[in-house]
Amino acid sequence: MKMANIEELKDFATQVRRDILRQVHKVNSGHPGGSLGCTEFFTALYKEIMDHNPEFNMDGENEDIFFLSNGHISPVFYSVLARTGYFPVEELSTFRLINSRLQGHPTTHEGLPGIRVASGSLGQGMSVALGAAQAKKLNGDSKLVYTLHGDGELQEGQNWEAIMYAAGNNVDNIISTIDLNGQQIDGSTETVLPLGNLRAKFEAFGWEVMEVEEGNDLQKVIDGLKHAKTLTGKGKPVVILLHTIMGHGVDFMMHTHAWHGKAPNDEQLETALSQNPETLGDY
Amino acid sequence: MKKYTDTGKKDTRSGFGDGLTELGRSNPNVVALCADLIGSLKMQDFIDENPERFFQVGIAEANMIGMSAGLTIGGKIPFAGTFANFATGRVYDQIRQSVAYSNKNVKICASHSGVTLGEDGATHQILEDIGLMKMLPGMTVINTCDYNQTKAATIAIAEHEGPVYLRFGRPKVANFTAEDQKFEIGKAVQLYEGTDVTIIATGHLVWEAIQAAVQLNDEGISAEVINIHTIKPLDEKAIIDSVKKTGCVVTCEEHNYLGGLGESVARTLSLSHPAPQEFVATQDTFGESGTPEQLMEKYGLNADAIIKAAKKVVKRK
Repeated sequence: MKMANIEELKDFATQVRRDILRQVHKVNSGHPGGSLGCTEFFTALYKEIMDHNPEFNMDGENEDIFFLSNGHISPVFYSVLARTGYFPVEELSTFRLINSRLQGHPTTHEGLPGIRVASGSLGQGMSVALGAAQAKKLNGDSKLVYTLHGDGELQEGQNWEAIMYAAGNNVDNIISTIDLNGQQIDGSTETVLPLGNLRAKFEAFGWEVMEVEEGNDLQKVIDGLKHAKTLTGKGKPVVILLHTIMGHGVDFMMHTHAWHGKAPNDEQLETALSQNPETLGDY
Repeated sequence: MKKYTDTGKKDTRSGFGDGLTELGRSNPNVVALCADLIGSLKMQDFIDENPERFFQVGIAEANMIGMSAGLTIGGKIPFAGTFANFATGRVYDQIRQSVAYSNKNVKICASHSGVTLGEDGATHQILEDIGLMKMLPGMTVINTCDYNQTKAATIAIAEHEGPVYLRFGRPKVANFTAEDQKFEIGKAVQLYEGTDVTIIATGHLVWEAIQAAVQLNDEGISAEVINIHTIKPLDEKAIIDSVKKTGCVVTCEEHNYLGGLGESVARTLSLSHPAPQEFVATQDTFGESGTPEQLMEKYGLNADAIIKAAKKVVKRK
């Protein structure tokens, strides 16, 4: 894959932020906070890290595949899929509207290219990814499986079934990323249900753990994911603890859980967009 | 009257296990998963022959369902086996989102369904699973009646694209359907022709329905017996055609009357040919410990209960 210029990638991320804000504003619903916080991750993954094919095929044989477990951050997923060629960018204008393929939470049901499983009911993505990773091994396919999970999502018990399975069965062709923004709907993860020492927990389960301290620094996210790839194939599943800031890129949405699932009004949108000037063209 | 012969009692779960073993040999895409119940599900032969295609997930059914969904991405046909209670109620949301809504080609294979699980008691005896599964859009729901039919169904569902719930049981029961039967999903099997009452049965109740029909015939009541192995999609034509002739129906299942085969039949008839119906099923209750025979009797799930229901429904015509 051609290495893009970092400035080009930053422009891409800025446009994705605009897409996120405009999608949720139009229908006055959706989840901008986590979407904005994961913009660099998605940009890095789809523009730089994964060997993937926008001519979508469900089985994804001989390509890297990705599962979004915390499906509520669909705005960033949709924007990046559209802008990497999976479906027309104009379709972003149908987000959450009736008869749209861009459902509130991602689904295969309407046949949207790029989506391999429905997500939204939390805690299920890693199990699905492990199945896909095992299928790759059976098929002699050396490509990787990537996942993203919210930090609050780790409160769902199914994750820990999957985390135990992955290490116990040496599923070493998976790179899971935890979006460590410390926020969930009702408040900080610390006040809702403390996650404790996640590094120690993953290590105790037998995972290879790495951290990216600045999860909204695009270069550092790219470097982190590249390093994670070097850790695969060695008998252990790999997890990245990605420290992000919910709402990153819009000053009044940062450092709070308030924008987890709330759309900006007209005035707020204008302010937010002015902080993220158009780069690749709005849809 | 045609005679159905029990060729030797066998458990339906062994039919599943032997069917899976055949699939292991004939279809390289078939994989199997189990949540720490290999012996109970009779999966050992498949595992011995195909160790690389088997996934022991431990006591973690939610992860098993999710992994099954994932294995389809890459072309595998996963058969996920555990007890019916843990294969449905425990993991309903995982099945709903990752399998049914995502339309994944997963085969959920559920043993030890109903009260005939026996001594373990109500914690393990699910009587709600047919309802839970048939309510999911796109889910095919099958409840087989004996060893031969379970084996044939296991092999048949591998060829069906889409999620399937295959329900079978623990005890050794009469094995009376043909060894070489062709299993057609959604196709009712007529066991007796009759004119006075239609008896529609599924699972372990099919053999009881046969016994009931023989006795009813001796008493001058001509019973038509239909084996409905597929509860969804339901063979509505077979049901309507039969009830048009007999004018009344008894439905028989090892399941709560709420949400089971009986309600599906009632809906079918109410839409096109309303007729008196009696439900041989559990009466909105949990089960309890006991032998399968004792429980079938106590909960009104045997030939005697069917005979009683048939006589009652005939009078209601």
